[in-house]
Amino acid sequence: MHFDLSTEQRDLQASVRAFLAKESPTEAARELPETEQGYDPALWSRMADDLGLHALAVPEEHGGIGASFVELVVVLEEMGRQLVPSPFFSSAVLATRALLRSGDVDAMSRLLPGLAEGTTIGTLALTEDDGSWDLDAVRLAAEPDGNGWALTGAKAFVPDGQSAGLVLVVARSAAGLCLFAVDGDAPGLSRSALPVLDGTRRLARLEFDRTPAVLVGADGAAGPGLRRALEDAAVALGAEQIGAAQRCLDMAVGYAGTRVAFGRPIGSFQAIKHKCADMVLDIESGRSAVWQAAWSVSVDGNDVPLAAAAVQAHCSEAYVRAAQQNIQIHGGIGFTWEHDAHLYLKRALSSRELLGAPDQHLLRIADQMGL
Amino acid sequence: MDLTYPPEAEEFRERVQRFLADSLPEGWTGLGALPPDDQAEFQRNWRQRLLDNELLGVTVPAEYGGAGLTLVEQAVLTEEFVRVGVSVLPHPNDNFGFNLLVPTLLQYGTEKQKAFFLPRTLSGEIRWAQGYSEPDAGSDLFNLRTRATVSGGDLVINGQKIWQTAGLTANWLFTMVRTDPGAERAKGLSFVLVPLDQPGVELRGIRNITGVTELAEVFLTDAVTSLDNVLGGLGNGARVALTLLGFERGISGVANAEAFAIELRRLVQLAHARGRSADRDIRLRIAHCQVKVHTLRCVALRALSAGLRGGPPGPESSLTKALTAEYHQLVTELAVEVLGMAALAPTGPGAYDTLKAQPLGLDSASSAAWVEDYLNARSRTIYGGSSEIQRNTIAEQILGMPREPRPAAAR
Ligand SMILES: Cc1cc2nc3c(=O)[nH]c(=O)nc-3n(C[C@H](O)[C@H](O)[C@H](O)COP(=O)(O)OP(=O)(O)OC[C@H]3O[C@@H](n4cnc5c(N)ncnc54)[C@H](O)[C@@H]3O)c2cc1C
Repeated sequence: MHFDLSTEQRDLQASVRAFLAKESPTEAARELPETEQGYDPALWSRMADDLGLHALAVPEEHGGIGASFVELVVVLEEMGRQLVPSPFFSSAVLATRALLRSGDVDAMSRLLPGLAEGTTIGTLALTEDDGSWDLDAVRLAAEPDGNGWALTGAKAFVPDGQSAGLVLVVARSAAGLCLFAVDGDAPGLSRSALPVLDGTRRLARLEFDRTPAVLVGADGAAGPGLRRALEDAAVALGAEQIGAAQRCLDMAVGYAGTRVAFGRPIGSFQAIKHKCADMVLDIESGRSAVWQAAWSVSVDGNDVPLAAAAVQAHCSEAYVRAAQQNIQIHGGIGFTWEHDAHLYLKRALSSRELLGAPDQHLLRIADQMGL
Repeated sequence: MDLTYPPEAEEFRERVQRFLADSLPEGWTGLGALPPDDQAEFQRNWRQRLLDNELLGVTVPAEYGGAGLTLVEQAVLTEEFVRVGVSVLPHPNDNFGFNLLVPTLLQYGTEKQKAFFLPRTLSGEIRWAQGYSEPDAGSDLFNLRTRATVSGGDLVINGQKIWQTAGLTANWLFTMVRTDPGAERAKGLSFVLVPLDQPGVELRGIRNITGVTELAEVFLTDAVTSLDNVLGGLGNGARVALTLLGFERGISGVANAEAFAIELRRLVQLAHARGRSADRDIRLRIAHCQVKVHTLRCVALRALSAGLRGGPPGPESSLTKALTAEYHQLVTELAVEVLGMAALAPTGPGAYDTLKAQPLGLDSASSAAWVEDYLNARSRTIYGGSSEIQRNTIAEQILGMPREPRPAAAR
């Protein structure tokens, strides 16, 4: 039993942390959202070429490094901490896991190498205009068209849907739920960026009009694989949330140690201390749950459905609370545009809704409990 | 990252499972299912059975007659026992003896002290209570006033202790007293073991919030104990006591989570029985409890794994203490709400355990047990370091935040 990162995983953590602190300072989280692309393509390439981050948890036979899911989670915690504006989650988690869980080896060998090398940006288009992450809510229609398929309908709130070269689309055929690979610039696909609260995570609306698509996996059989992919993503997102919540706590404790009021550092007041202690309780519980779930994913444990839902139910709330308390502990300065606190809060909100709000995860757990 | 138990632990688990299968009567469904009148006798026999099979006092090394289990074996045994609804520590005073005093004795005791106290604690001849708190020293433990003076080979003790759990069934007290009246607060304290069966000691029961008299006050008037019964040397009491508080908070986390899971299944049954299981709010809140139990289990496993790699319990045990205590309030509050009006007219068998989740087998429909659990849970954020004190510890010792300014006149 070793419920901790290994020495190699610690090394990975340290090198990713040092790299991101230098190459993606928080100014990037302010400036990049103002740009056309919304992320830094040079950094994207260096993350892929120098550090191999995209390839980390992709099996070697598909052009990856073949590390475990735990390594991926280590990287995501660092990205969350540093608030890196990047399509990494969309590409290396959502798209990559959807392919890996599809069972379609052909599609994997065609599409995974590009994602692993970082030459293709991928994403998963699941949610529609109602914003639901429930697979049963998917309406987008798929119809056979010659040798392939054609998609008609709309997807909304697609993370990095604007910049993705490969869009994995969840749609419904006569047989049921299907997964399709669609080219970012396929004919009949029009993409528009949505105005976003959290500039570090771009969202797009995608309209399909008889757009050509390639079926991934069997017709009507995408449900189980997608559910597993979404569980994997839930754990990965939890890691990002915990990394970011930790950064909020660090900021709050740092400020509370130096800001003086009534002749004392504000950190010596219990009202402040106890807020910080609450964050520790939230974060340490969350980190333990994320590591447990990541390990369970890596060994195909049968508790993954519970563990993943628990991670999202817990970490979403934990991060929002930490981001809110961080602002409170900073006083007026925490309410300003110049301070980083609001960047973390906005990201907390966008992360909470991504993959479904806590209630959705809780209701899924209630089902599992026989309620 | 590897969350599996080592192979030796799994072998040991099989041994425990065989022992349980051999020891429990046919159709056993847990201690909670026994009629309340039969529980005490079952526990007496069970304790003897554990003793005969060297499975009692798992923290006691084999050379003193104990099971001498490794930490991971203790965890495994406790988990397996919780799963089938039997006690690891069947007598109410065993918790204090085996979870608190024994580890402290092993760390600080002389050979003579160990040879005397360990076998007697095992046999049940000595039954321990914890004598820390005083009327003016609860959270502020080091404000304690009980004094002891050296007289020949003895210590003569005067003062008062309060809130001794299982005090009325104990016959020895491990306590902290002031042996150097001139020294400040934490200095000048000593950790001493005191026999209760003597003229200088008077015990009085305290009736608690549920109406049960199980807590005690201890009045010490020229009570005597041998100087040989000082643990860790005169004046070192604070250090010894703080180590012990670490043990109090660090033990059996994984099994606790297991017990909470059993309790939560009981709550699910109750929700069905009361027609509340389709209620969205109740479903959300029960699922929220499940998330808490799951994360508690993860935190406990991580602590166990850290423990296996050595090192005494650190300030992290404050996390487990606060999370566990607050969770138990949350779930019992929910249970009482699910009961609704039925909570106002409690019926059915009452609670067996007062400070823990109830053992497997208890009828989920017993409103009396849920209401007692709800009331008892109020104490969990008070004893063993209140939730406020835990948060101070987390902020100051884990986060390194500035300490409270101490009033200059503090004694
Ligand atoms: C069921 C039960 C069993 C017990 N068993 C034992 C036992 O076996 N042996 C034993 O020795 N003792 C035992 N105790 C006593 C227990 O340890 C004390 O009750 C506890 O330490 C709190 O002390 P107090 O009751 O004096 O409350 P106080 O210390 O007076 O606290 C009152 C309130 O003030 C808060 N407070 C105090 N100081 C601070 C601070 N610095 N910052 C913020 N808030 C603060 C507390 O959190 C609490 O909310 C038991 C208590 C209970 C309820």
